[in-house]
Amino acid sequence: MLKLVQIALRNLFRYKRRTFLTMSLITIGVAFVLVFVSVTASFKGMMIGEITDSMLGHVQIHRRGYVASLDNLPLNLNLAPPAIRNVEEALGAIPEVEAYSPRLKFGGVFSNFVESTNIRLNAVDPAKEWATVPLLPSRIIEGDGAIEPGEILVPELLAKGMKVKVGDIAVVVATNEDGSVNGYQFTIGGVLRSVTGPGGRDGYIHIEDGRKILRLQEPAVSEVAIRLHRIGKLDGVVARLEGALGPQRNAQGQPVFEVHGWTKLTPFSNIVRMIDVMTFFIQLMLIAVVLISIMNVMLMAVYERTREIGTMAAIGTRPGRIVSLFLVEGLGLGVLGAASGAALGSLAIAVLNILRVRFSFGRQEGLVLNSGVDPSDILTIGLIVVAVTILASLRPARRASRLDPIKALRQV
Amino acid sequence: MDLVVAERITKDYVNGKVSIRALDDVSFRVGSGAFVSFVGPSGSGKTTLLNLIGCLDRPTSGRLRVAGTDVAGLDRLKGAIFRGRHLGFIFQDFNLIPVLTVAENVEYPLIMVRGVEAGRRRDKVARLVEAVGMAAERDKFPDQLSGGQKQRVAIARALVTEPDLVLADEPTANLDSHTAGLIIHLMKSMKDTLGTTFIFSTHDMRIVDEADVVHTLRDGALVESSAPGAGVGGESHA
Repeated sequence: MLKLVQIALRNLFRYKRRTFLTMSLITIGVAFVLVFVSVTASFKGMMIGEITDSMLGHVQIHRRGYVASLDNLPLNLNLAPPAIRNVEEALGAIPEVEAYSPRLKFGGVFSNFVESTNIRLNAVDPAKEWATVPLLPSRIIEGDGAIEPGEILVPELLAKGMKVKVGDIAVVVATNEDGSVNGYQFTIGGVLRSVTGPGGRDGYIHIEDGRKILRLQEPAVSEVAIRLHRIGKLDGVVARLEGALGPQRNAQGQPVFEVHGWTKLTPFSNIVRMIDVMTFFIQLMLIAVVLISIMNVMLMAVYERTREIGTMAAIGTRPGRIVSLFLVEGLGLGVLGAASGAALGSLAIAVLNILRVRFSFGRQEGLVLNSGVDPSDILTIGLIVVAVTILASLRPARRASRLDPIKALRQV
Repeated sequence: MDLVVAERITKDYVNGKVSIRALDDVSFRVGSGAFVSFVGPSGSGKTTLLNLIGCLDRPTSGRLRVAGTDVAGLDRLKGAIFRGRHLGFIFQDFNLIPVLTVAENVEYPLIMVRGVEAGRRRDKVARLVEAVGMAAERDKFPDQLSGGQKQRVAIARALVTEPDLVLADEPTANLDSHTAGLIIHLMKSMKDTLGTTFIFSTHDMRIVDEADVVHTLRDGALVESSAPGAGVGGESHA
C-alpha cells in the first residue's frame, strides 16, 4: 500500500503544473465553502442569539392553545400553580436546562396622563428573566438596568411617542380575567431598545405588579421561557419535555401543555432554513468543481499514460491494482487540495475576524461578525471532497484497468 | 518437458468486413531452458505470436499451452495472474515506469504483482541489479539512462520474479548494434545462470546466431526452423 501511495504521489508531481492548477481549484473551492459556512454560521448564530437571548429563550412552555391565541394575550389560558409545579419538576429533571423564567403576559393601556396607547407587557421575576434571556439587560438604553416593583421598562418607540423618560409616572390599565378593569401607577424605570421579532417591542414589569394589576388570587403564569446550556440540544430537550408533560391531560382528556422550540415561535427560523439551503447549494457547487476537475485530470492521466498502463498490465498487474493506483492518485489530489483549502479558509476567517466586519440585523446596527472555524465543518467538507474525489477517480481508474494491453502498448 | 506447445495456431484480425490472417496454422514446441528466436520481416506475425504466448491475446483457432496451461481460455484477470506467475516481458521500447528508479522498476513486479515481503525483495533486487551491471545506477530514474541501460533494467525486471519464460519483443530494435550484441549476450548469460527460457522476436540477423533455435515466419506462416546454436532443450517442429 505504501508503494502504491508513493507511485501515486510521484505521478501527481510528474505533471507539476497540471497538479498545481487542479489542486488550486480544489483549494479555492474548499476555502470559499469553509469561509461561507463559517460566516453564515456566525451570522446565523448571532441572529438566533439576538432573538433567543434577548426575548424568546430557547424553548417555551404554554397551556395548550396559547400560542395560537398569542396575539390576544388571553388570560384564560394561563398556567395555574399545579401546572407550574409540574413544569418546574420536569425542568428540574433535565440537566441541559440552564435557566427558566415564568412570565405573565397581558395587554393594557399605557397613559402619561395626557394621552394613552396600547402596550404589551411581560411581568417577570428579573433574576430569572435575566438568566434566561441574558441579552435583555443590554437592551436597556436608559435607566439602571433593573426592574423593581412599581417600575416599568417601556419600549423605545413608545417612550418617544408618549414623550416619557426615566423617572416619569405613568398609568397602566388592564382588563382582568373576569372582565373588570384595574389600573396601576408605575415609575418609568428604563427604556428598552426595540429588537426585530416577536416580543421585541414589549414592556416589562415585576411579576408581583403583574399579579396585582390583574388581581390574581394565585400566582398564574402565561408562559415559561427556558434557556439551554447548548442550543444544539434543542430537539432533544423539546422531546423530553413533551415526553414528561404530554401525558398530563385536562378534564376533557386534552393535553394540558404545549412545548415549542424557538424555531416554532418566530418566522426568522425560515431565514435560518434559507441559509442552510444556500449552504447546501454552495456545497453542491464545491462537489461539482471537485468532481469535474479531478475527473478531467484523471482521464488525461489515463490517456497520457496508456502505454505505461499497458506495461503494468502486461507484466501481470491485476486490474484491481491498477484501479487502486488511480484511485489513490485522485485521492491524493483531493486530500492535498482539501488540506490546503482548509488552511487557506481558516486563514481567511482569521483575517475577517481581525478586520471586525460589521453588519446590521433588523433594527440592530453595528453587529460585529465573529466567525469561528468549526472542526466539524472542516471534517464535513474534507469528507465531501474525499468522497467526491473517489467518485470522480473511479471512472478513469476503471477505464485504465480495462485497457487492452496490446492496444495500450502500441500507443505512442 | 515442453514449456510452450503451439498446435495449428491461427490468428485473424477482423476490421469491419475485412479479415486479416496474422498467423496461419503455426505449430512449434519450446523446451524448458531454451533460447529461441522468431525472425522474419515486419508484418510476418512475430509480435502477434509473442502476444499469444504472453496471454495478451487469444488465438482464433488452434491449441496453445504455456507452462502446462491452456492459455487460450484465460480471461483478463486469470491472464494477468498467469503472466505474473509464469512470464517476464522485455519490450522494444524498454517501457520502464518513469516515476520509479532503476531499483524500484526492478522491484515493481515483486510488490505489485507477486506481493513479496520487503526483506526478500531487497535481496532479489540487489542481486538482479548487480547481475545486469546497473548497481551504480540503481537510484537513477529512466530518463537519466541510455537505451542500453534501460534495456538492462528491463531484463532485470523481467527476471526478478524468476519466471518460467521471458518474452522479448524486438529487444534490440532501438539499440545500436554494439549495445544490441551486449544485450543479447546478457540475456543469454542470464538464461545460462538462471535456467530461464527466453523467446524473443527480431529481424536483426546479426543477433540471430546467438539463439539455440531460430523459427522463421513469413506472412503469418512458420516457414523454417533451424538450430544454429544447438541449445539445451531447443526442440522445434514446423
